[in-house]
Amino acid sequence: MATTAETFQAHHGDHAHHDADHKPGFFARWFMSTNHKDIGTLYLIFAIFAGIVGGAISGIMRMELMHPGIQYLGWWVNFMGGEAGFDQNLHLWNVLITAHGLIMVFFMVMPAMIGGFGNWFVPLMIGAPDMAFPRMNNISFWLTFVAFCSLMFSTFVPGGTGNGAGTGWTVYAPLSTTGSQGPAVDFAIFALHLAGAASIMGAINFITTIFNMRAPGMTLHKMPLFVWSVLVTAFLLLLALPVLAAAITMLLTDRNFGTTFFDPAGGGDPVLYQHLFWFFGHPEVYIMILPGFGMISQIVATFSRKPVFGYLGMAYAMVAIGFVGFIVWAHHMYTVGLDVNTKMYFTAATMVIAVPTGVKIFSWIATMWGGSLEFKSPMVWALGFIFLFTIGGVTGVVLANGGIDDNLHDTYYVVAHFHYVLSMGAVFSLFAGFYYWFPKMSGRWHSELLSHLHFWTFFIGVNVIFFPMHFLGVQGMPRRYPDFTPAYSYFNEMASYGYMIMAGSMLIFFVNIGYALFAGRKAEGNYWGEGATTLEWTLPSPPPYHQFETLPVITEANDYHNHLPAGERPANA
Amino acid sequence: MMPLCAAMLLATAPQVALGQAAAAPTAAATAAPAGPGAAAATPAPSATPAEPADDVVTASGPEAAGADPTAAASATAPAGSYTPLGPDMIKGQPIDGRINFQDQYSPNGQYALWMHNAVLMPIITLISLFVLALLLWVVMRYRRGANPVASKTSHNTLIEVIWTGLPVLILLGIAIPSISLLAKQYESAPEDAVTIKVTGYQWYWGYTYPDNGGFEVISNMLPEADALAAGEPAQLAVDKRMVVPAGEWLRIQTTAADVIHSFAVPSLWFKLDAVPGRLNEKRLFIKEPGIYYGQCSELCGVRHGYMPIAVEALPRAQWEAWVRTQPGGTVGAPEPAAAAAPAPAATAAALPAGAVSAETPGMDAAQREGETVAETPTT
Repeated sequence: MATTAETFQAHHGDHAHHDADHKPGFFARWFMSTNHKDIGTLYLIFAIFAGIVGGAISGIMRMELMHPGIQYLGWWVNFMGGEAGFDQNLHLWNVLITAHGLIMVFFMVMPAMIGGFGNWFVPLMIGAPDMAFPRMNNISFWLTFVAFCSLMFSTFVPGGTGNGAGTGWTVYAPLSTTGSQGPAVDFAIFALHLAGAASIMGAINFITTIFNMRAPGMTLHKMPLFVWSVLVTAFLLLLALPVLAAAITMLLTDRNFGTTFFDPAGGGDPVLYQHLFWFFGHPEVYIMILPGFGMISQIVATFSRKPVFGYLGMAYAMVAIGFVGFIVWAHHMYTVGLDVNTKMYFTAATMVIAVPTGVKIFSWIATMWGGSLEFKSPMVWALGFIFLFTIGGVTGVVLANGGIDDNLHDTYYVVAHFHYVLSMGAVFSLFAGFYYWFPKMSGRWHSELLSHLHFWTFFIGVNVIFFPMHFLGVQGMPRRYPDFTPAYSYFNEMASYGYMIMAGSMLIFFVNIGYALFAGRKAEGNYWGEGATTLEWTLPSPPPYHQFETLPVITEANDYHNHLPAGERPANA
Repeated sequence: MMPLCAAMLLATAPQVALGQAAAAPTAAATAAPAGPGAAAATPAPSATPAEPADDVVTASGPEAAGADPTAAASATAPAGSYTPLGPDMIKGQPIDGRINFQDQYSPNGQYALWMHNAVLMPIITLISLFVLALLLWVVMRYRRGANPVASKTSHNTLIEVIWTGLPVLILLGIAIPSISLLAKQYESAPEDAVTIKVTGYQWYWGYTYPDNGGFEVISNMLPEADALAAGEPAQLAVDKRMVVPAGEWLRIQTTAADVIHSFAVPSLWFKLDAVPGRLNEKRLFIKEPGIYYGQCSELCGVRHGYMPIAVEALPRAQWEAWVRTQPGGTVGAPEPAAAAAPAPAATAAALPAGAVSAETPGMDAAQREGETVAETPTT
């Protein structure tokens, strides 16, 4: 019986020659995959593709918003096969904001975080051979893919004034029911149904895997924090997405079958939809950031050569964030006409979230405190994450106040806030995770120089885009406007220049991937060295097609919390 | 990404021209029927909201006031007459390049602004700088060159208790003014506050005055050229403003006829969604006469960006004069109040614009004034 990762490694090596690395043919491997690493790779490729689409859409938006007036929308309407006209142009704008939001949330961040890194590294980190339900894993991915196709298709069918669903990613009734004729909104809703079903199945898969397939000796309290974060996220998905499914199904029946759930003329209430949507929507924002928290914890510990400070506090802070995330939803609805007691409650409850979040920020800093910090590319992204997420967090505290939100609600201040926590929080953690694990996944090194260059240009770019949006917001510029009074020109133009910097930065990223795949030098098993102590580092890079056929056993000696110096630890690959 | 960047740089004049040409007919084309009630209650020129776009520019332009039908009406109201405020009275509007809130002209807005500037901003700035300082410190002090051997510290109960407890105290400090702000915002308007029912339509606003005869004012955005000609900001100026009395409590009710809209005026710290099938209500106090711009703040379809709000606050006498120019517009209780009202109003009208504000420096004073003003018409 193997008792350490080292003995497992030796054992595994024996098998590698005959069946462990036997891969199916191309079609079977990539279209009928049941391998968690291949499915993770598919998710990552898909997320990068969706990210390009979503990012390109924001490029059109920043282009249009660079100066007051409607300049480019008509060109794009024609480009998309429609007929430019004043209302058609404005409709395209609404389609763009809707698509940008839905793509980035459902088809970029979620697939990358949970589908990509979750699939790849949860089994590796808990010492499991694969996910609990490999075929369901495959269905999850392809449903996500079909969902994306449905959303893309919706932009080519009528959605009211023009083609596409122009309802905003929130799909508020009655704009999404009586306010949008044509099948586009139905296809968008269908996309959400499919993506939601995929996520629910993914969540079931992760929960089962984490509860049942941990290596012997790995108790819940010895799980790496990334696994904890995915576990909490999976529970949020499982509890939140059915509510979304219910809400959008009611939208569908309101649209097509004459029900009036959200139509006051038949005794319904548009605000009911908002409650249902945000009961899902608020946990959703934690779904997008919690796996990022997990990755940042791994990365900070690795490059500090120190165990995570306050491991239990970190794990239960995520549990607390997940729990409180379910009871704060109406802070997205402060201006909808809530009564004063409701608003006071949601103000207080929302501010409570700052406490576990603060615990996490301070614990990351304490992890670095006394450490021996090495500024490899994942670490600089993690440092950028901590600072920018803090900024996004404190503006969240401002918005939490129902009375203050009366002015800021639905302004660019909100846009700035959620891009600081998502476009900089979630996305910085994604890049941190990407550079952390890319050589592990591909077996080849990216360029550290390009990665650092990518970081600095991206850091400057996104800050130039989003920081001025706070100023636009306090000056009152509403969200989702294609056009603005000239008094909002200065900062809008600045934000658009920021987009160009960011777009150039993404170019560096793609060059870097290309370089790594075609010319990158080969990566060892544990290329980050002493600080990298979780189980994935006991495997070669890339890991064999099937791993851990003999389960590793976690003992005091190789418990990753211990961070034993290299000599005293079981040897890594 | 790159093609995009290039497209952004290459896209040039033709599109610009196309865009602007298309923008011009906006307001004129906003000809959606306003509903039976609205059409009946609106004065002739704006019965069809499509046409007024052009007529109304002249009506709201200050130089054209003499030719306006309001002039005739104001002649019969010796206590005050209605002249639309000119661009010199614009108070609530965004200013390019400014990085703080618009100046606030309501007591609750001033309290909220104080809370933001004196409580929230210092706290969040300090926290952000504190985290930044800690990060810079660990980066310099604990880089591998400076600290080759990492410590093994992974627990310290005391510090964990501190960084959990201290934020709780800070948040309590924020919660106290925050809850009190909410309480202020949600007090009911005094019984005889002027009621304005705001209805959101795709894509214009209707302002109904149920206490003053129930007429509805339909408010469309002015085309850019007309707005600039009137000296007003493009995309904020409207043909007919929501005219209200300054220096007293208003009861703002919002609802919508089609989809959800949101009635928002940043310089009054006021935002209330207009939801079909619901009647939301909040009180509002505008401290001084002036024009306060706002914009629809809930995505409501294609012209969401083109249904601005302009609130015109006037001294009471001038507001009453304005009400009388509206079809069926009445002030106060039918007979006696109409006679009684001019007395206090006359003094208010005699004061220069802005005097109202001088008498209402703070929240408490505003409250007092709100109550006295509200009592006046009934006694």
